Amino acid sequence: MTGSKIITHLILICGAIFMTLPVWVAFASSTHAPETLLREGLQIWPGGHFLETYNEVLFVEGGVMKKVTAMQMLGNSMILGVGFAVGKVVISMLAAYAIVYFRFRLAVPLFWVIFLTLLLPLEVRIIPSYKVVADLGLLDTRAGLIVPLIASATGTFFFRQFFRSVPDELLEAARLDGATAWGFFKDILVPLSKTMIAAILIIMFVVGWNQYLWPLIMTTKEENYTLVIGIKQIYQVLSEGGELPQFQKAFALTILATLPPVMVVLIFQNWFVKGLVESEK
Amino acid sequence: MSGVKLTGVRKTYPNGAEAIRGVDMDIQSGEMIVFVGPSGCGKSTLLRMVAGLEGISDGEISIGDRVINKVSPSERDVAMVFQNYALYPHMTVRGNMSYGLKNRKMPKAEIDARVEEAAKMLKIDAYLDRQPNQLSGGQRQRVAMGRAIVREPQVFLFDEPLSNLDAKLRVQMRIEIKKLQRRMNVTSIYVTHDQTEAMTLADRLAVINEGRVEQMGAPMELYTNPRTLFVASFIGAPQINLIPVQFDGTHLVNGGLSLAGFADLPRDTDLVLGVRPDTLSVDAGGQFSVRVDLVEQHGGENLIYGGVTAAKDAEGEELEICLKADKEMLPSIDDSLTLGFDPATAFVFRKDTGERLK
Ligand SMILES: Nc1ncnc2c1ncn2[C@@H]1O[C@H](COP(=O)(O)OP(=O)(O)OP(=O)(O)O)[C@@H](O)[C@H]1O
Ligand SMILES: [Mg+2]
Repeated sequence: MTGSKIITHLILICGAIFMTLPVWVAFASSTHAPETLLREGLQIWPGGHFLETYNEVLFVEGGVMKKVTAMQMLGNSMILGVGFAVGKVVISMLAAYAIVYFRFRLAVPLFWVIFLTLLLPLEVRIIPSYKVVADLGLLDTRAGLIVPLIASATGTFFFRQFFRSVPDELLEAARLDGATAWGFFKDILVPLSKTMIAAILIIMFVVGWNQYLWPLIMTTKEENYTLVIGIKQIYQVLSEGGELPQFQKAFALTILATLPPVMVVLIFQNWFVKGLVESEK
Repeated sequence: MSGVKLTGVRKTYPNGAEAIRGVDMDIQSGEMIVFVGPSGCGKSTLLRMVAGLEGISDGEISIGDRVINKVSPSERDVAMVFQNYALYPHMTVRGNMSYGLKNRKMPKAEIDARVEEAAKMLKIDAYLDRQPNQLSGGQRQRVAMGRAIVREPQVFLFDEPLSNLDAKLRVQMRIEIKKLQRRMNVTSIYVTHDQTEAMTLADRLAVINEGRVEQMGAPMELYTNPRTLFVASFIGAPQINLIPVQFDGTHLVNGGLSLAGFADLPRDTDLVLGVRPDTLSVDAGGQFSVRVDLVEQHGGENLIYGGVTAAKDAEGEELEICLKADKEMLPSIDDSLTLGFDPATAFVFRKDTGERLK
């Protein structure tokens, strides 16, 4: 019994080390001077340049990119992540509401059309999407960055399943109580979906934060870069000019890019689990 | 207050199911009407049509002088209590009770006053700030009632409101509903398939069968004077004894069983004799004898079940008879009892149409 317990724990510990070691190495390396990294390669123990590196990356203009600081990129990523998540939740809740509660002739086919778009991720439709956004003059704007991404088949599907499990009598009681269609949505359905909304917000925030391809082709101006784009660009920037490559800054940027999603999940994990497990009706 | 009038009401569901097949009913103001009938007969459908939750395929429903076929549920001025209560789970008791009033844009002070008053009346004023999942079944039931009461509607609609409660609470709530309805004097329609609820709550009872009103009247009238076989068999607990018989000109005959005291019945068709268990009595000079199979002691009275060896029931099995006797009457199993009844209190029905002949 104890023997097998030790073995399972060993396996789990190995797995955990395997997953976290690269992150740790990136962090440790980010706290060394560029010379050390160049001479000795990646570092497993933290060095003494933590404050210096992170200060330069976060706050000093020209410290990491030509103009934009990591702080500004964090802000951009935050806007993308939040806008993406909120947009998806709003759009998919409204779509699911229409599909579940309104009898219109094409409700069922429409639902399947929405569902089928799961097969058409952004990568497949990226050229037409780009063309549309460009024609609307939304290139390099936040609206252009967020709006094309916020339709969500997954979200619509989850909310549809949830709404279908809400007892019909609640709708009937609300109708007798004189609730309008909008009233029923905002007074009954939204509060009932609270935990569900929280779970989807969290997942979508992380997905939005990690968006890569679309921001990459959408943003040309440096001040619109998100952190994820910043990581990609920093190697270009760093290898330009004859100076010593500043790899510690690249690592610092990577660590900064992973922090917010990790924080969000850690802080809201109770809600998250509740939303996926519990159905309070 | 106002009454409810149904004229030629029909309901066909989109899938072709004919749930209601022509109902006419005139419910007086302040009256309590109970719909009873077997499962699937259309009780709920009819109630929901009055509420506006189901469309009316044909015919007309009016509340007071107003035809409400095309009026939205919230403007019909009716309130409904659902079987599973349908309380809003995320709102407090107060929130649940005031939601309908808020939607009517009633001033806050008046809402509070009405909620407090209804809560006092229902003895839930201590729970006003709790959520439904912190209440017992009986308390939730009261909240559901409270939500209906605060609206001060023209008509109360109840769809089996007590069927999720345990037996004791059901009796208690039944009495309270009746008192409340008397006090408030609001026209009410109450759906149930519970015998006792139906008999005790109703001013008038509507027995519904396959989408039609089979008979409507005061509970005792339906009990003592059923118009059809269906009504006779549905009303009354324990159930009426039904004996398939034929008329030979002087007697009702089933195998070796031959009962005198009947006249003017058709001879060429199958008949059913209905004898209530409480009209049967042990009588040495009685008409037939039974072999005691089972005695149920209910406290105040005993129910004696016995087989009539000479006769067959509708399925061709030995005829089984139930007799209501007082608590001193305690025959042993397999004893033979001779039973009698007054033919004037028995009913005779045609078997094919269910029509009552006597
Ligand atoms: N939404 C619906 N679509 C199609 N048919 C329906 C629908 N609702 C009810 N029915 C049918 O209409 C008939 C009457 O149903 P209803 O619910 O009124 O019965 P009920 O008398 O209330 O039964 P119970 O005592 O079981 O509640 C049934 O045969 C049922 O199958
Ligand atoms: Mg029903």
